[in-house]
Amino acid sequence: MAKIFAITLIIIAIASAVPIILHTWYPPPDISTHGALIDEQMADTMIEAGVSFLAAQIILAVFIWWFSTSKPGQKIKNFPGGARGLVAAAIVLVGLEVLALGVFGQKAWANIYFTPPGANAMPIQVQAGQFAFYFRYPGPDGKFGPIHPELINEATQNIFGLDQDHDQDSKDDIVTAQMAVPVNREIHLLMHAKDVGHSFYVRELRIQQDFVPGLDLSLHFTATKPGKYEIVCTQLCGLGHYNMKAYLLVMSQEDFDNWMKQQAAAQ
Amino acid sequence: MDETSQAPYVEHHTPPQGFIRNYVFSVDHKIIGKQYYGLALVAVLIGMVLSWLMRIHLVWPNSPVPGLKWLAHTSAPNGVITPEYYLSLMTMHGTLMVFFVLTNAPFAAFGNYFLPIQIGAEDMAFPRFNMMSFWITFLAFCFLIAAFFVGDGPPISGWTAYAPLSAVGAVAGPGQGTGQTLWGLSIATFCIASLLGSLNFISTTLDLRARGMTLMRMPLSTWAWFITACIALLAFAVLLPACGLLILDRLAGTSFFIPANLVVSDQIQPHSGGSPLLWQHLFWFFGHPEVYIAILPAMGIVSHILINAMRRPMLSHKVLIYSMMSLGFLSYMVWGHHMFVSGMNPLSSLMFSFPTLVITIPSTILTLIWIGSLYGCKLRITSASLFALGFVSLFVSGGVSGFFLAQPSIDVLLHATYFVVGHFHLVMGVAAIFGVFAGTYFWFPKMFGRMMNEKLGKLHFWLTFAGAYLIFMPFHYLGMAGNVRRYSAFVDDYLLPLMPVHRFITIAALATGAAQLIFLYNLIHSRFRGKPAAQNPWEATSLEWTVPSPPPWDNFGGKIPVVYHDPYQYGIEGATDDYVMQNDPKNIPTVPEEGLR
Repeated sequence: MAKIFAITLIIIAIASAVPIILHTWYPPPDISTHGALIDEQMADTMIEAGVSFLAAQIILAVFIWWFSTSKPGQKIKNFPGGARGLVAAAIVLVGLEVLALGVFGQKAWANIYFTPPGANAMPIQVQAGQFAFYFRYPGPDGKFGPIHPELINEATQNIFGLDQDHDQDSKDDIVTAQMAVPVNREIHLLMHAKDVGHSFYVRELRIQQDFVPGLDLSLHFTATKPGKYEIVCTQLCGLGHYNMKAYLLVMSQEDFDNWMKQQAAAQ
Repeated sequence: MDETSQAPYVEHHTPPQGFIRNYVFSVDHKIIGKQYYGLALVAVLIGMVLSWLMRIHLVWPNSPVPGLKWLAHTSAPNGVITPEYYLSLMTMHGTLMVFFVLTNAPFAAFGNYFLPIQIGAEDMAFPRFNMMSFWITFLAFCFLIAAFFVGDGPPISGWTAYAPLSAVGAVAGPGQGTGQTLWGLSIATFCIASLLGSLNFISTTLDLRARGMTLMRMPLSTWAWFITACIALLAFAVLLPACGLLILDRLAGTSFFIPANLVVSDQIQPHSGGSPLLWQHLFWFFGHPEVYIAILPAMGIVSHILINAMRRPMLSHKVLIYSMMSLGFLSYMVWGHHMFVSGMNPLSSLMFSFPTLVITIPSTILTLIWIGSLYGCKLRITSASLFALGFVSLFVSGGVSGFFLAQPSIDVLLHATYFVVGHFHLVMGVAAIFGVFAGTYFWFPKMFGRMMNEKLGKLHFWLTFAGAYLIFMPFHYLGMAGNVRRYSAFVDDYLLPLMPVHRFITIAALATGAAQLIFLYNLIHSRFRGKPAAQNPWEATSLEWTVPSPPPWDNFGGKIPVVYHDPYQYGIEGATDDYVMQNDPKNIPTVPEEGLR
């Protein structure tokens, strides 16, 4: 029985590791300027976690195999080095690992959050509400008009609660249901929620950020590869949560300018 | 306290009279322990059926589930689960499992039954409090189950009940009316019960130990329950007011968690000044220690059982205790790792990340001591020891994925995906349940005076162990591929290619769930038809094995034991068998605790 258990453990350990080694299911390729650091961090962690996982399962299996078949008169032996050795190993090895991941690994995080967006970053506002994202571009004047929550009305398509009759800055604002960005241009995303908590997740961009009602949050990124990518909500927001998504369209500057013109005409 | 000090104060009560006093409103810790176990069993069965319904809905979204239309005719018309009912099932599954199973079974059930006996006490320090805490827990359970039967159904905001979705009321969607209020009421009530329970555990451990039962002579299971009680006392004391404030926001028009100018369903909300992040901080300040409330008792139970199966003490008793303590201590410093992408200051993410990674150290020490102690032992394979060994394997598997989630930059990619679901199900769900299974097979003879069927127990182990991996390993792969959790259907082009994995998981979940019927049958059959159990069938050393199976109402028949030895005197040469019991007055050369041997 113990031997079957030991074999089962080894099979489980190896079978679990195979899809990871083969990258059968893995994050889609990164299309951001900051994502490479995250991927590197993930790969390093995978090696450390993978080695710990395989080593622990296999040693557990081997010990179960060996020591379930002792003879009656056999004496109890202690692991060489005893608890002292194991505690020291845990503190030194895991401690180093923790330091390596914890200290050096913060570079990726700092890169995203502790560097302000560049002066040339293009501002786009995103509003999350049950169960859609809407985006707002400031238009030619480069300014967003103020939001009046009491004017928000989905029936009249006043998604952001703009008062275009009175607010000069609102007049040329462009509201869209998809988010187009020029490739290799830094985007400064200004995020707010209309009703409850939501989240902005683009797998390929290596970005996930919650919308918190009452807080204006922002993040910045540069997309490096043209294409169509999903923006999905990852914060439970109600019955339509599963279907709350939009698309990120990364395009050349020329295509972007044309897209912008079409959107302006459609307002 | 040394062996010569005065006997501790003991609460003496007379034998209970009549059915009600004996079995319903009993003050006997053993009956209360069984009541908790029974409640957890009911909760786990409901929770498991809910998870089946979810899995079925995910892969066969339009197929009617037989019988469901009578249970939930508005939420599941014709038995087809709606998106909102999926979220209700998910919310109720999480709440039932975390509170009524993972908190109740390893901690309240086994702790109540065995903590007093293991330290040589006749009962808990406050038997009436103890009775109250069970019945208040039962009330909390009733509140929660009632949510299935009210107006627009159970809440849909998940077991974490993030505000403002949980706070603004019915306007936020179905289930967010009366159902969500009942949820808040249930959890607040549960907190009161847990506070009473943990006070009781702490005072019992500190005050009622028998003569000679020094703190370091307490078995590891008792240590784990004691540390857990200390954690629970602080954690539930924070969740209770948080739920109170949530209920006030919902019913009294306050705005603790709701900011100004929210427009929900085109209606501007009459609130201002609250903070959704406040709820998250309060909830996770409880929520992370809660993980340890679930897993620490399992660690203690598993250590207790492994030692018995290995016929030797752990490499170090003290190191295990100190590691469990540091887990408890660190569990209070890491709640923010649930909130890396929540919009809190990104600097705090770094501050929370570091202690989270540091938790790896005591966890690794525990694992290495368990595995290292196997070296040179004389392992006995029983259903109980198989589940205990399975626990170690699962704890490692679930633990290593914590490496990823502890780092904010990787969490950006994996947060709110199935990777997280796989992580916490393995490390706190299944691992803790394995602790409960191990405890059940080990202690059932003591609790009911009859042995469980070992053959069925082993069959149950194989199916459950393989099933747990088949279900939860693929969750990690899904998460890495970017599969978002809490979706009632996968409509995106991106997620559709992952459907075969979901189908695989659903089939594994249905089969593994069905395998639990073997356990249920074994439990019920052995209760009435099992072989009569001897006083000490496993040749164990701790005090629960010095009393008859099942123990009399006052545990020790009026004679409080005196303790002479450390808890795990196994592998003793010169003893008639290979072990010496804790209350054995013979002066046998025992294995001294050498600390870091």
